[in-house]
Amino acid sequence: MIIRGRVYCLGDAINTDVIIPGRFLTIQDPYELARKAFADSDPLFLDHVAETNIIVAGENFGCGSSREQAAICLKFAGVKAIVSSSFARIFFRNAINVGLPVIECSSAVNEISAGDTLTIDVGKGVIKNRSLSKQWTCVSYPEWMVSILTAGGYISYIRKNKAL
Amino acid sequence: MGFTLAEKLLAHAASESNVYAGEYVTASIDLAVSHDNSALVIDRFHELGGNKVRTPEKIVIILDHRTPANTIMSANLQKRVRHFIIDQNIPLFFDVGEGICHQVLFEKRLIAPGMVVVGSDSHMTTHGAVSAFATGVGAIDLAAIWKEGTLWFKVPQTLKFIVQGTLSSFVTAKDISLSIIGKIGAAGASYRSCEFYGTAIKDLSLASRLCLCNMMMEAGAKNAIIPSDENLRFWFNDAKKSRYDVVYADADAMYEKEYIIDVAELVPQIACPHSVDNVKPVSAVHDVAIDQILIGSCTNGRLEDFAIAAEIIGSRKVCNTVRLLLVPASRTVLLNAVKKGYLQRLIKAGGILLPPGCGPCLGLHQGVVADNEIVLSTSNRNFQGRMGAASAQIYLSSPAVAAASAVTGVISDPREVVR
Repeated sequence: MIIRGRVYCLGDAINTDVIIPGRFLTIQDPYELARKAFADSDPLFLDHVAETNIIVAGENFGCGSSREQAAICLKFAGVKAIVSSSFARIFFRNAINVGLPVIECSSAVNEISAGDTLTIDVGKGVIKNRSLSKQWTCVSYPEWMVSILTAGGYISYIRKNKAL
Repeated sequence: MGFTLAEKLLAHAASESNVYAGEYVTASIDLAVSHDNSALVIDRFHELGGNKVRTPEKIVIILDHRTPANTIMSANLQKRVRHFIIDQNIPLFFDVGEGICHQVLFEKRLIAPGMVVVGSDSHMTTHGAVSAFATGVGAIDLAAIWKEGTLWFKVPQTLKFIVQGTLSSFVTAKDISLSIIGKIGAAGASYRSCEFYGTAIKDLSLASRLCLCNMMMEAGAKNAIIPSDENLRFWFNDAKKSRYDVVYADADAMYEKEYIIDVAELVPQIACPHSVDNVKPVSAVHDVAIDQILIGSCTNGRLEDFAIAAEIIGSRKVCNTVRLLLVPASRTVLLNAVKKGYLQRLIKAGGILLPPGCGPCLGLHQGVVADNEIVLSTSNRNFQGRMGAASAQIYLSSPAVAAASAVTGVISDPREVVR
């Protein structure tokens, strides 16, 4: 699974209330949820993601509530992957389950800048920064987790495996 | 090498003879908990090809986030959940008004020591207070449990907290929690299991233990757990529980880190905007005028919380620049707080009583806060925008600090106000 895109930078401890405020949790259409991503802190988020679709952030990304909508709204907003120094555990599980690649790599986070162009090989756990001509090795996933991501999330993964 | 509580409980649930931190296991889940987000879980369950849930008796659904429904949309979602309960013959269903899922689960003794319990709510960590392994997940994971009865886990590393000393008057489990989080940070227990020991923990009521384990979620914990003792045995004595496994960690278990904490000198703590680990002694936060105070939530909406608030308020009035919201964590808490006269005193003083549930904690309804308002809440999160306007500032404290501040209108140390 290879992901290419440009970088949009966010800070530390981006919490799920900021990603998708509680008042939007009854929205069921994922594209409508996407329009509410960062509604209070970054109303132009959707426009930014149209041009820069790999989020690079600091520590503890996705901390807070168990709301799966936090991962869903980012995926449907067009975010291709999130590279972060660390992820909160429920967000991490949710992201894998909805098929949103989340990559832990603090060394890369420290050196990447907004607008850089990245190529991420999720299976091999390698991030290449074409703007800097550098590459980093990330915390690797077990193979089955990569399979879930490659399938596009847990639901597609189960459906595909059932079909086999 | 011995085993931690998380290693033992997950090994048992995975039918493995032994597992250590870092290994992946597939564990049988004793109870799957969800609340208003059950509607999303139902969708996921069907998307996964689910038709009938595997074991209806191992599912609990408690509607608590919007009590009663605040919009047509949430009313319709709750209605779908009620239909699902009937279709699937799920016996453990508690409708709006019964209380916050975490308090109801405790009161009904639905979670017992040794169980492995998962819920689609982050504050599942609360139930380590009854010596269970309890953790939160999202909707797809919960739907998978409804369908298969199992879930994968990475066995966590464990942090050991030894908490010693006797708490001073008006210093509570919330202050212990905030001081720990202030020390280790909002990611200080990320992915970790937290085991609690020491005389100060033994002295805590079960309600206070629920508060402590609840708050460890805010340090990122996968679970928090307090070993079983006489208090817990007494609580389960009358219940005819088929399941009650007293499990202790081994003396030679491997801990990632050990913290020794003395609470004898601990003073009331407060988490300042916009992060739970921005913790200071209350005395260091001067002249902050409050617009709204919330006493309630799965952290601090229990009988002892209303008792201490009523004691501090006494015959005084709530300052006329403050709105004091009172949200009992459950119907039982509400009835007992009425019976004991706590609520009468707090309402007479100017408090506003809301129905049992999550209330305004997550900014859905019943006290959404305005732009630039200052809020003091006994709940667990002060993320920007959590309770309404993004420009509002949220402070977190114990009910004692909340009650003292309700009287003065500014953030206050209860020891000063009572004196």
